[in-house]
Amino acid sequence: MAAIIEVNNVTLGYGESVILKEISFSVKKGEVFVILGGSGCGKSTLLKHMIGLYSPLNGDILLNEKNLARAFGKNRLEILQNIGVMYQSGALFGSMNLLQNICLPLEEFTDLPKEAREAIALMKLKLVGLDQYAQYMPSEISGGMQKRAAIARAMALDPEILFLDEPSAGLDPITAAELDQLIKKLARDLKITFVIVTHELASIFEIADRIIMLDKETKKIIAEGNPEDLKKNSDNPLVKKFFNRGRDDG
Amino acid sequence: MKTQDQLSFSLNEDTSDIWTLSLEGSLDSQTTGSIWKHIFHKVKKLKIKKLTVDAQNLEYCDASGFAFLIRLEEQLKKDGGSFSVERLSEDHQNFYQTFKAKDPNQVPLEVVREEGFIELVGGMVYRFYRDITEQISFVGELLMAVFYCLSHPKKIRWKEMILFAEQVGVNAFPIAVLLGFLMGLIMAFQSAQPMKQFGADIFVANLVAISMVRELGPLMTAIILAGRSGSAFAAELGTMTVNEEINALKTMGLDPVRFLVVIRVFAAVFMMPFLTIFTTVAGLIGGAVVMLSLGYPLVTYANQITDAVDLSDFLGGLVKAIAFGVLVASVGCLRGIQTGTGAKAVGESTTSAVVSGLLLIVFADGLFSVVYYYLGI
Repeated sequence: MAAIIEVNNVTLGYGESVILKEISFSVKKGEVFVILGGSGCGKSTLLKHMIGLYSPLNGDILLNEKNLARAFGKNRLEILQNIGVMYQSGALFGSMNLLQNICLPLEEFTDLPKEAREAIALMKLKLVGLDQYAQYMPSEISGGMQKRAAIARAMALDPEILFLDEPSAGLDPITAAELDQLIKKLARDLKITFVIVTHELASIFEIADRIIMLDKETKKIIAEGNPEDLKKNSDNPLVKKFFNRGRDDG
Repeated sequence: MKTQDQLSFSLNEDTSDIWTLSLEGSLDSQTTGSIWKHIFHKVKKLKIKKLTVDAQNLEYCDASGFAFLIRLEEQLKKDGGSFSVERLSEDHQNFYQTFKAKDPNQVPLEVVREEGFIELVGGMVYRFYRDITEQISFVGELLMAVFYCLSHPKKIRWKEMILFAEQVGVNAFPIAVLLGFLMGLIMAFQSAQPMKQFGADIFVANLVAISMVRELGPLMTAIILAGRSGSAFAAELGTMTVNEEINALKTMGLDPVRFLVVIRVFAAVFMMPFLTIFTTVAGLIGGAVVMLSLGYPLVTYANQITDAVDLSDFLGGLVKAIAFGVLVASVGCLRGIQTGTGAKAVGESTTSAVVSGLLLIVFADGLFSVVYYYLGI
């Protein structure tokens, strides 16, 4: 499979503080790719750079062979329309109901009539099991539902890549498992490439095709591969400790 | 658990240089404060080097008490002395050891160095410079977004804009009218007495009219706008920033300035002239009440007003009002977008929006005064 995302020798951080140094990896098309690591290791920072909110201090991040950090105007818009992002908090617009939230990107970037936009938005809501809640405001639904609605909004323009920031954070185990199933279903049925930031072990083993693990101390990637393989075969004590929930023994 | 018990203690010298601190009762957050200062003072004053704490009668000890014992030990050992706690109950002993245990990987607390005067001034200048550059860049973005919206009227979210216009204008109507009325009333009252001394009390009408139409009408309305809507815009956008809604817009390819700021600025610009007219008229009515009480008929008051102000004064006031509306609404939105993380940041943005709004109003008003003077308005 061809790489849909390429991160080449990237150093990133904010201002003068470097969070990750000279890291490289690639994500293949259709893959569920998980970025993991302990708190403060730079997972969300890496994601924010990948989606173009910040520019790397050095190196290139290519989405479909295009560099978002160096794209402006129409080129940038074209890249952005090919990705969807679900933020940790959901980040649904509080002044709009779920249907309006999902209609928004369609309204801004297509010439579809209102009726068609609403039909598409309802379809996306149905995909995440929320079509009955279309008229609800974000504040009227639970945290898990907000995250599902945020995935529906991220899929509004049928992007090739979906970035999810800590999708299971703050959810009960049953809701988190349901969300994992939804991600698997979308990846399988719609062939969407997922890049997910998480440190929920159960989710990682359930959904990830491949992972990278970041380390706060070295500011590097310390492991890359299939989670099951890494759990069984990794020699890195930090990786072992992570997969053994903090215990040093294997 | 006992927490409210009394503590009694005594500090005695047993043999030469060896002291015993006997504790009895409860050493907790309620009682530790009293012993802390006293004992540390005594240790320093009596130059105690060897201290034993007798905890046989210590019934209860919480984290505050253990902090006292640990700090006392640190103090004595730092000065080359010795310290021990004896006859501490088993339960307390466990707690004591837990609090006392040092993490071998613990990094010593970073000592925060206080900034010197030059660094302080440098920091302030740098922040001021950064703020100015951000404001200039924001003005550019806003202008581009305004031109885009004017050339693509369909892209303006009219429904939301009407809601904001209601919030900025209609909802502010009662307070604007009340303040305008009181302003006119107070000004007329304050000036009536001194002017009467010169037999010029009829000119109170001129004073109220000129002040309200040219200056106070737009100014008071702008101050109300800064307090009500500028702060509300900053809080709304600040909360959206904290909730990552602004980031969500950016990654959707939507410009937050066009999407969120332009409609708020347009709403303020549309409503400011109307609000200003109502505030000014209310001020004139306030003046009329005083003039009537002074015995002047309403028609005389009206004649004085029409003599005192003309269309250019009225239009000059409205132009000011529109400019104030643009400044207050845009700085409110800018402060909202600049919000950092956390609830505190939203509060800071709100305060900053009001302060910056008021400052900009005053600067702009000064500029208008100079320009109007040279234009002969």
